[in-house]
Amino acid sequence: MTDFARSSRWYGRRIGWFALQAGLLVVVGGLAYGAVVNASQNLARANIPTGFGFWNNTAGFDISQTLIDYSPSTSTFGRAFWVGLVNTLLVSGLGIVLATVIGFAIGLARLSRNWLMSRLASSYVELVRNVPLLLQILFWYNAVLKSLPELRGSVVLPGHALLNNRGLFLPRPQFGSDFIAVLAVTVAGIVATLILRQWARQRQIRTGARLPVFWPAVGMIVAVLLAVFAVAGFPLSFNLPEMGRFNVRGGIEILPEFAALLLALAIYTAAFIAEVVRAGVLAVPHGQTEAAQALGLRSSMALRLIIVPQAMRVIVPPLTSQYLNLIKNSSLAVAIGYPDLVQVFDGSVLNITGQAVQVVAITMAVYLVISLVTSLLMNIYGRATGVVER
Amino acid sequence: MIAALAKHGDWPQAAIFNDPTKVKFVPLIADNRFTALQSGEVDVLSRNTTWTMSRDTTLGVDFAAVHFYDGQGFMVHKSLKVNSALELNDAAVCVQQGTTTELNLADYFRSNHMSLKTVTFATADEAIKAYESGRCDSYTTDSSGLYAERVLLSDPSANIVLPEIISKEPLSPAVRQGDDTWEDLVRWTHHAMVDAEELGVTKANVDEQLKSTNPEIRRLLGVEGQFGASLGLTNDWAYRIIKTIGNYGESFERTVGQGSPLKIARGLNALWTKGGLQYGLPIR
Repeated sequence: MTDFARSSRWYGRRIGWFALQAGLLVVVGGLAYGAVVNASQNLARANIPTGFGFWNNTAGFDISQTLIDYSPSTSTFGRAFWVGLVNTLLVSGLGIVLATVIGFAIGLARLSRNWLMSRLASSYVELVRNVPLLLQILFWYNAVLKSLPELRGSVVLPGHALLNNRGLFLPRPQFGSDFIAVLAVTVAGIVATLILRQWARQRQIRTGARLPVFWPAVGMIVAVLLAVFAVAGFPLSFNLPEMGRFNVRGGIEILPEFAALLLALAIYTAAFIAEVVRAGVLAVPHGQTEAAQALGLRSSMALRLIIVPQAMRVIVPPLTSQYLNLIKNSSLAVAIGYPDLVQVFDGSVLNITGQAVQVVAITMAVYLVISLVTSLLMNIYGRATGVVER
Repeated sequence: MIAALAKHGDWPQAAIFNDPTKVKFVPLIADNRFTALQSGEVDVLSRNTTWTMSRDTTLGVDFAAVHFYDGQGFMVHKSLKVNSALELNDAAVCVQQGTTTELNLADYFRSNHMSLKTVTFATADEAIKAYESGRCDSYTTDSSGLYAERVLLSDPSANIVLPEIISKEPLSPAVRQGDDTWEDLVRWTHHAMVDAEELGVTKANVDEQLKSTNPEIRRLLGVEGQFGASLGLTNDWAYRIIKTIGNYGESFERTVGQGSPLKIARGLNALWTKGGLQYGLPIR
């Protein structure tokens, strides 16, 4: 066989591949175009308005948890969308933090040489990851709701917090005008501590002598803060929750729907993260631990400096998909009435406006953007912490 | 209530198929009902759907006839010792999402300068369960619905329905826009049942009434005229409805009235000759 024959067959195969890909593209594009044309024709035939004109119409319905200003009488459907989106981001963000903390703890506990601890951790994983998430959400909601006392029998927690089946009510801090000074001093203290830490590290590398950092830091941040706080005349007061006839007034309100959803999402996802962490740590060869011991590192330092950085390389990609799962699973909020994006926008707004195509398309696009941004951030983190191959 | 009203509304099937069982009921929640109708998954939405202007003009649906005049009310726990909806300032209210109820609730509290904590659920079942567990002080929906839900609670007597009716909720079957014959059929089925009640034609006496000399009854039952044929049916269309389902009053009492666990009074749904609003359009 000549070189020429081989290369022409190679080109032939390449052109074949190219034709196949182009054909597929045409088919997919045609289907998408057909779907759009079909939908718009059907909408036109049924006299359903197209476009996004509904966005600026008054919403008229109330939402139980609004982190940004919202009023049923003046706010628009667009505003309701943002309220729902913020609620989704809140529960997803806190859920990711909680799930990560619990997941790492359980994952490391499962590798522990302590028999009881590792058994407990593996029971947790097996129990939690094998029960459907929706059931867990309903369990937490009904367990949280039913076991808490009614309003009149509210549990008063230390610091004037109230707990009942309407939620947890915490004192709301109110900052006086001088509070900005306290804030400035705190920031200055933190910056000074960081500078001190850097200087101490360089000095240790240069001379081998170690400088104490912890106590000066406490002095710079806490002591100075308290001093300024006292001088300014304590510019901080608390708006305490009070019992009204029907409900608690004032304070910060944490809805039971929010608490149940957050708990269920964090606990469920943590079981998967625990397995990811365990796999990551086991992927680091045992020789690395022995090498660290041979260098005389304490086991805590070996874990922090040798094992975890290498394990992270394995952990980050599957961890990212767990985060994405958690964000998407937060839409199960509809089951218990937490006003997340799907509940507010795909529930109330869709039904009142009847604009199913637009509303569902917007919601899908939003989840796509949130997920892509999350994986982008995780990829950047993975690249920054990954082991540099030489 | 959904099932009850669906049953109350199984008339078009009797008219077309001569058999009320030849119909496929698709259970829908408030959230997906209009989409199901728009997309053709169902042909008639005979649920507790309120006829409003915006729904009529922007959702691509048409409403056929008001088969139940309802209004929104509140149910509260008796232990709260509340006697009027105007005492509900600050109360937590459980409500089903995507309904006119959700909008009326916000309007009512705003216009009475009361503050409100709404807890919104996708289905009535979830909302009522949360109300019963004490998550909310009050549950709100159309008053027919309140009575229906109340009998299902573990202790109905511990809950009362407040006297205020805060909205007009004319419930009507809805059909897709563009199928005018079908809309006519749904509309005239309702009016035939009301006409039958006005004329004293019942499930029991409908066979005798075929011999009636009253021209209105003769037209209704298809003895005279071509009214059924003009709907694309046989001329005994109304006879078959009354034979299988009964007239409006009979259907009402059997499904939601005194003959049912709900015990809803006729009220606004009495005939116009008896002080109500049900008025059968003339068949001629």
